[in-house]
Amino acid sequence: MTADIQGRALAMLNRFAQADWPDRLKLRKPVERLIYSGSRASFRAAAQRAGQASKTPRAADADALFDLTLSDEQQMLVTMLEGFASEVLRPLAHAADEQAALPAALLNQAHELGLTHYGVSEALGGMAAERTTVSNALIAEALGKGDLSLAAALLVPLSAANCIRRWGSPAQQAQWLPAFIGADLAPLMAIAVNEPTPLFDPQQLATQAKKRGKHYLLSGEKCLVLRGLDAGQLIVAAQAADGLGLFIVQAGAKGLQRSPEPAMGLKAASTARVVLKNVKVPLEARLAGERFDYQSFLDHAGLAWCALAVGTAQAALDYVIPYCNERVAFGEPISHRQGVAFMLADMAVELDAMRLMVWRACARAEQGLSFQREAYLARLLCSDKAMRIGTDAVQLLGGHGFTQEHPAERWYRDLRALAIMAGGLQL
Amino acid sequence: MNLETPKKFRGLVNQAHQVAEHYFRPISRKYDKAEHAYPKELDLLAALLDGMNAGSPDAIGATSASKRGASFEPAQGNTNGGNLAASKRGAAREQQEGVKNGGNLSALLGVMELCWGDVGLLLAMPRQGLGNAAIAAVANDEQLGRFGGTWAAMAITEPGCGSDSAAIRTTAVKDGDHYVLNGEKIFVTSGQRADAVVVWATLDKGLGRAAIKSFVVEHGTPGMSVTRLEKKLGIKASDTASISFSDCRVPAANLLGSPEIDAQKGFAGVMETFDNTRPLVAGMAIGVAKASLDRTRELLHKQCKLDYRKPLLSVSHAEATLYRLEAEWEAARLLTLKAAWMADNRLPNSKEASIAKAKAGRVANEVTLKCVELAGALGYGEDELLEKWARDSKILDIFEGTQQIQLLIVARRLLGKSSSELK
Repeated sequence: MTADIQGRALAMLNRFAQADWPDRLKLRKPVERLIYSGSRASFRAAAQRAGQASKTPRAADADALFDLTLSDEQQMLVTMLEGFASEVLRPLAHAADEQAALPAALLNQAHELGLTHYGVSEALGGMAAERTTVSNALIAEALGKGDLSLAAALLVPLSAANCIRRWGSPAQQAQWLPAFIGADLAPLMAIAVNEPTPLFDPQQLATQAKKRGKHYLLSGEKCLVLRGLDAGQLIVAAQAADGLGLFIVQAGAKGLQRSPEPAMGLKAASTARVVLKNVKVPLEARLAGERFDYQSFLDHAGLAWCALAVGTAQAALDYVIPYCNERVAFGEPISHRQGVAFMLADMAVELDAMRLMVWRACARAEQGLSFQREAYLARLLCSDKAMRIGTDAVQLLGGHGFTQEHPAERWYRDLRALAIMAGGLQL
Repeated sequence: MNLETPKKFRGLVNQAHQVAEHYFRPISRKYDKAEHAYPKELDLLAALLDGMNAGSPDAIGATSASKRGASFEPAQGNTNGGNLAASKRGAAREQQEGVKNGGNLSALLGVMELCWGDVGLLLAMPRQGLGNAAIAAVANDEQLGRFGGTWAAMAITEPGCGSDSAAIRTTAVKDGDHYVLNGEKIFVTSGQRADAVVVWATLDKGLGRAAIKSFVVEHGTPGMSVTRLEKKLGIKASDTASISFSDCRVPAANLLGSPEIDAQKGFAGVMETFDNTRPLVAGMAIGVAKASLDRTRELLHKQCKLDYRKPLLSVSHAEATLYRLEAEWEAARLLTLKAAWMADNRLPNSKEASIAKAKAGRVANEVTLKCVELAGALGYGEDELLEKWARDSKILDIFEGTQQIQLLIVARRLLGKSSSELK
């Protein structure tokens, strides 16, 4: 008998209620109000879902109207996480970047948010309903407003849970997922896809998984693995004889070597290089969900990066607007010049474009519609425009933007990752 | 959240596509060649559309984007993007039960499809002019009844004033039951073919924008004369007239909106029309860009696989270009749907309407020009329509507010600046 979904939601809220940061952020009252209005709707929906207990994804609602409105629950999440992003993440971001490490205290605060609940299905005690992709994107977007690199690091456990829930067999889900919603910190499983080669194509992996009796032997090299050094397990993408697969590998396994791999950005996520030499992995460690789809796995990852970038690009725009209004040159705020104002307008245009592309792909994904095309185009647009926004944010701050007195140079370095990262995260 | 076209509009979209493919396309080149010749084929089609409009509240056409029944003040632009978005979400949530997909969205979807057929022919459609949209948006009930079947063009631009519509020099002086109009208007779409022209004129040059009013002037009114027809780069099926007014007496009852000069909101009322029509012009851009993309992909189908799988850097330059153009096109499309959706749901959408127009205008121009390049000599030649679409698209980044005007509007709202601060 599974625990009641409403009871679990209450337990999660209770953790939020016990935390002290909502008071510092003056977030408690608004969140309480939202919870009141949101809970009525979402609890009712939860009760209805519990009654149906359908196993297949719901067919797309053909009569659905075009609608950009967030649900009450999504609105509550966004309000809460945007507060967390601005009051907790942003102040920590500079030091985390400099020290290339996640502050330990932040891990506990993030745990209080209970984000991994959104990666574990209701049947196993979590909060993930049939439609979670948009909510996951909103989570990433809201956290990305605080800091891209910290947000990416904090999303690693939720991504692992999403990955196992979506691509694992029922047995694998039952084995791994309950730990993600326990009282202790969620297990740290890092997703390793990228390989150190120019023009890397995640469909053409050099990492091989060779079947030997009851095991696979994994060999290859993975790079830019988020929190790869601290992870207890790695979810490694590799080429097997019967196709591309994902393998859960113990970080301490024989033949697996990890080393720090500092990069241009993403420093708070402590990126790591992982070398595998004939690492022995049991057959059961290959994610074997019925609907396993490597391309879809890549698409869910790409959209996670896009959603983060939407948040960070919004942060950049929000940061440069007051600066350009306050910075005076030739007797007027520089924002009175079209050369400056048009750059800002373009940032706003492309930012909204990025967001809608991501939302559409995610909405199609959770409706059970094909979304490979939409994800591909969203990735393309976001990679291009997010970098543009990142570089223009530095430009608008002038020489000051080039210094670490402002966060723009950090966003610039982090946003460059968007076109490069494959896997790593998962909506 | 759902960003797909709702099922209830699929019939309309299909209908519009049929018109575009089987009615517009076959005569597209004919009227590109025969500039100033009236596309008589449109009369039959217009009658058909009128019938459809009468029969369905969601039918295609200029008037269905009307704001009738909706009344909201344009947003005061002192909030930044994030706050504004949040407050809009809040407002939207309040009426979540009643999220609407109405006239703005359906008109937009229709326009996109029709312009996949031919932008010039759509602009030449009888009774679908911008003047009709203005009448639908701001006319009182008596005027609505009187101008019901009228085909109305819109006359704003003057030889000395383009985007800066506050600098209008055409004057309207009250004389008894009439206003006397004097001035010169240019770039009036269908200015000669339409039954009437909605003319923007100032009651008092000293009072700036607040004194600008619009008047319905019917053809044949003494003192009004068409002085020339432009020869243009594109949209040749649509006539562009210059009209002069010399002591032209117009009944006072033909003034649209309030006759009072209200410094607070006079001009806002006039500008309000744009919040609804800009997404439609953006829709035209999206339609013509789609036409170019579709045809270019057909021509390059052997060279470009387009399976949305291989990294952009690992495909041919031509294929990568097609991907990039499609992404930009899709972005413009979604931004435009958003602006129309906001209008349907009575959310202030000035900024979003300008964002949509800015993005769609420049994307359509880029897409259509690039498609000519991708198709090479085939694309440049007149055997294909690609070169025509590349000429047609340019106007869409100019009329109904140029790219630069849209960016100014967006920037002013982002920065909380007035038009006197950010010029």
